[in-house]
Amino acid sequence: MTQAMIGIEDLDVTFGYGAATVHAVQNVTFQVKPGESFGLVGESGSGKSTVLRAMSGLNPDWSGNVSLDGQTLGRQRDKAFYKRCQMVFQDPYGSLHPRHTVDRILAEPVAIHGLGDADKRIDRTLREVGLGPQFRFRFPHQLSGGQRQRVAIARALILEPRVLLLDEPTSALDVSVQAEILNLLKRLRAEHGLTYILVSHNLAVVAYMCDRLAVMNRGRVVEELDVESLRRGQAQQDYTRQLLLASQGYDRAVADSFKDFA
Amino acid sequence: MTAREWLLSDTPQSRSQARMGRLYGGWLTFTGNRLAMVGLGIVVALMLMALLAPLIATHHPFAQDLANRLQPPSAANWFGTDQYGRDIWSRVVYGSRLTLYIVLLVALTAPVAGLLIGTISGYLGGWTDIVLMRITDVFLAFPKLILALAFVSALGPGIENAVIAIAITSWPPYARIARAETMTIRNSDFISAVRLQGASPTRIILGHVIPLCTSSLIVRVTLDMAGIILTAAGLGFLGLGAQPPLPEWGAMISTGRQYLLDQWWVATLPGIAIFVVSLGFNLLGDGLRDVLDPKN
Repeated sequence: MTQAMIGIEDLDVTFGYGAATVHAVQNVTFQVKPGESFGLVGESGSGKSTVLRAMSGLNPDWSGNVSLDGQTLGRQRDKAFYKRCQMVFQDPYGSLHPRHTVDRILAEPVAIHGLGDADKRIDRTLREVGLGPQFRFRFPHQLSGGQRQRVAIARALILEPRVLLLDEPTSALDVSVQAEILNLLKRLRAEHGLTYILVSHNLAVVAYMCDRLAVMNRGRVVEELDVESLRRGQAQQDYTRQLLLASQGYDRAVADSFKDFA
Repeated sequence: MTAREWLLSDTPQSRSQARMGRLYGGWLTFTGNRLAMVGLGIVVALMLMALLAPLIATHHPFAQDLANRLQPPSAANWFGTDQYGRDIWSRVVYGSRLTLYIVLLVALTAPVAGLLIGTISGYLGGWTDIVLMRITDVFLAFPKLILALAFVSALGPGIENAVIAIAITSWPPYARIARAETMTIRNSDFISAVRLQGASPTRIILGHVIPLCTSSLIVRVTLDMAGIILTAAGLGFLGLGAQPPLPEWGAMISTGRQYLLDQWWVATLPGIAIFVVSLGFNLLGDGLRDVLDPKN
């Protein structure tokens, strides 16, 4: 077996202290191979985004083992980590600085990492995400939601990372734009050999984008399966089957039969 | 392509065009507000007055003419004369320099200090926040003028010391505003994004947090200008600010008050000057609030 690009072992995340402690993620373990696209699905509050935030270094309050490309990661990450692992956020309206032009947004990571040659990099990256040079000096308020998300993807890509963490990258977008962004992400993965972790509550998106997925509920991984079995509806666990049913649209009889999985 | 089209272009070709276009958009909003334009007019007039004081004044501000003391306004002395026969109009004109000097020095120091302390405190949180905010609380616990009085009496009277005292007493509200703004900004996705690019706290505070805090701070400072002028005038009135024979407006009111009943113009005309300038800054601040509101 090839070495895992991302390894997460016994990940535990808690928020708060004492009686108010919330155990958001418990004993989560999974591995992602290089170049693979791995989906994390679950309902709201299942802890899927929390796993992603612990992986990205945004939330330092976790325990367990997290590794990237064979290297165990600590709670404080260094620049070398950020160079290899970038994140795309859910809401493109909140993830771009309202007072910075696209140019400034993309120049910032280049300056932080002292990569140099900012002009060429920015032009090239903008073209890669399907935005022409005419977008370069616009402010975010002059862009549509889809264009903003492209800028956010460009910002993640400009460091030429190997791993992209995608936190519901299309759920804040129009349905027609969602497809464009998903196709873009798919093409970028093929071109750059990127490894993805995609968090989503949308099984169709995960089925389209990912090779394998883990289903989460109440902070635990319920089941890991590949996309083929998901498409054929061959889930082992009741919870996953229920999630599949729920994703096929609303049906009163089906909804009444739903159980609460604690 | 006209200059207007170039400025309002949706597809700027360069950094400077994007920046100019943004400024021009703000200017259009500002000019749409008539009262704000009046405020801007008053402030510009104050600046011109200070700049061109020797041309506008009809007399030397210190020139005494004891035969002509306490004369009512006339063609020779537009605002009348004071107890030493000095021309009040010329003193008001030269006094605008002192007012502007005080206002600029305070505006360049207190908000900058408050902004740095507030954003550092709000962004870093934890112990840094606790220590910095308790220091702020100590300063906030005293009434502004009383604290300024204490500082001036410790430092000695004079206009520079009055400026220092006003600056020391006026930064805490700015720190509070900047901290509150920072706390709403620091958990937003665009700050998380730049953290995930490996940016240092210094870089995030200076490049990403401060630009979003400045607009509300600029508005607050313009609205506070009136208060700063009044505090300076109050210190002058109590004899702790500008010293004679400097034509500081507050000091002029202070000496004129003995003649208020019989020679009303000696105290009233500098008072009107303070009133008009304060009003001008307040109107300007109101207009700036509409332009700089980050929610737009």
